[in-house]
Amino acid sequence: MLEAASIDCERGGRVLFRGLSFGLRPGELLRIAGANGQGKTSLLRILCGLLTPAAGEVRWDGERISSLREEYSRRLVYIGHAPGVKDELSAAENLSITCTLAGMPAPASSIAQALERFGIPAATFLKRLSQGQRRRAALARLALSESIPLWLLDEPLAALDAAAASLMESLISGQVARGGMVVYTTHQETHVGGRILDLDARHA
Amino acid sequence: MLEAIGCIVRRDLLLALRRRSDAATALLFFVIVASLFPLGVGAEPNLLRSIAPGVIWVAALLSSMLSLARLFAADHADGTLEQILLGAAPLGAVAAAKTFAHWLISGFPMVLIAPLLALQYDLAPSLYGVLALSLLLGTPVLSLIGAIGAALTLGLRGGGVLLSLLVLPLYVPVLIMGAGSVEMASAGLGGQGLLLLLGALLVAAAALAPWGIAAALRISTE
Repeated sequence: MLEAASIDCERGGRVLFRGLSFGLRPGELLRIAGANGQGKTSLLRILCGLLTPAAGEVRWDGERISSLREEYSRRLVYIGHAPGVKDELSAAENLSITCTLAGMPAPASSIAQALERFGIPAATFLKRLSQGQRRRAALARLALSESIPLWLLDEPLAALDAAAASLMESLISGQVARGGMVVYTTHQETHVGGRILDLDARHA
Repeated sequence: MLEAIGCIVRRDLLLALRRRSDAATALLFFVIVASLFPLGVGAEPNLLRSIAPGVIWVAALLSSMLSLARLFAADHADGTLEQILLGAAPLGAVAAAKTFAHWLISGFPMVLIAPLLALQYDLAPSLYGVLALSLLLGTPVLSLIGAIGAALTLGLRGGGVLLSLLVLPLYVPVLIMGAGSVEMASAGLGGQGLLLLLGALLVAAAALAPWGIAAALRISTE
């Protein structure tokens, strides 16, 4: 299980939040809400270990993630603001590289299948695709990440059309139903729901 | 871990292949800088012979600087660096793989082309081997040290200039040993001593620098 123990976050000398604590058990879904600039992305980056909190700690199964390092990163998928794909590579190459680096190399057939679900032609170079399609090419990784317990998704529904958004919603629901954990942020209307952690309310 | 290392090396080579102009610019820069000196200082053979090792080495240094600025910048901009940081393999190993790929793309071609440039300086053919060997041992050290600087200056405004100020002083020992080995060999003293030292420097840098690069990457992506 994932625990945040009274974490503080400061960015550029400004305090975003203080003493934030919550826990997330298998099969739970957490939505981080808040206006722009309230620290949603920073919180997600703290949860995945890219950002060190100013105080407090994040624990995975009772151990600090800063001491677990790769042990912890192997158990999570983080999809950030930047799509994390290379323009000069094809969609299939991108996905295959991302999966290999995440420590779970996938055969070409399942990569093609995942991309097909998201409606991305496998051999197309990413520079030929639109922003929304790039985003989908990056999200296709989730279709191959069913065995990974923790998903941290920053605005997974942004720039997606209705069909892709509902596919994303079904992937998230599937992950939760399997007993996985999902933490996500969104400004879109969504049916996924989940517990809400409102960063705005903490400021008031 | 080996899978991730192989994957990164293959990926970076593939990217370099798809964007050949980047690698070609650094190599052409090396060729042009090294070719300007004979034109500038005149065709006095003894002078040219004596400045050859130093000039070729300085040109290699500057060219390596030029390509370093891009080592992590593109990955940082498109978010792939974040995915690399969250990878399953230890970050030090991945950083070493990225640096090795960078050397294969920017350093190794210089090793191959240096004897050709030495022709312009009328360097004795017996010294071509020493020159190439000194570059073969020295340029990976440049990539390793430079990668720490590139990781530290990631995302900074004017990072390129800062990178030069940070890294060029650290290149001095490599320059002295590299150029010195060729000079000693040409004076008939044998360059083996300095080449061995350069080799030792390479081993030390290969063992330590990747962890420095990893730490620097974590700091600058926060």
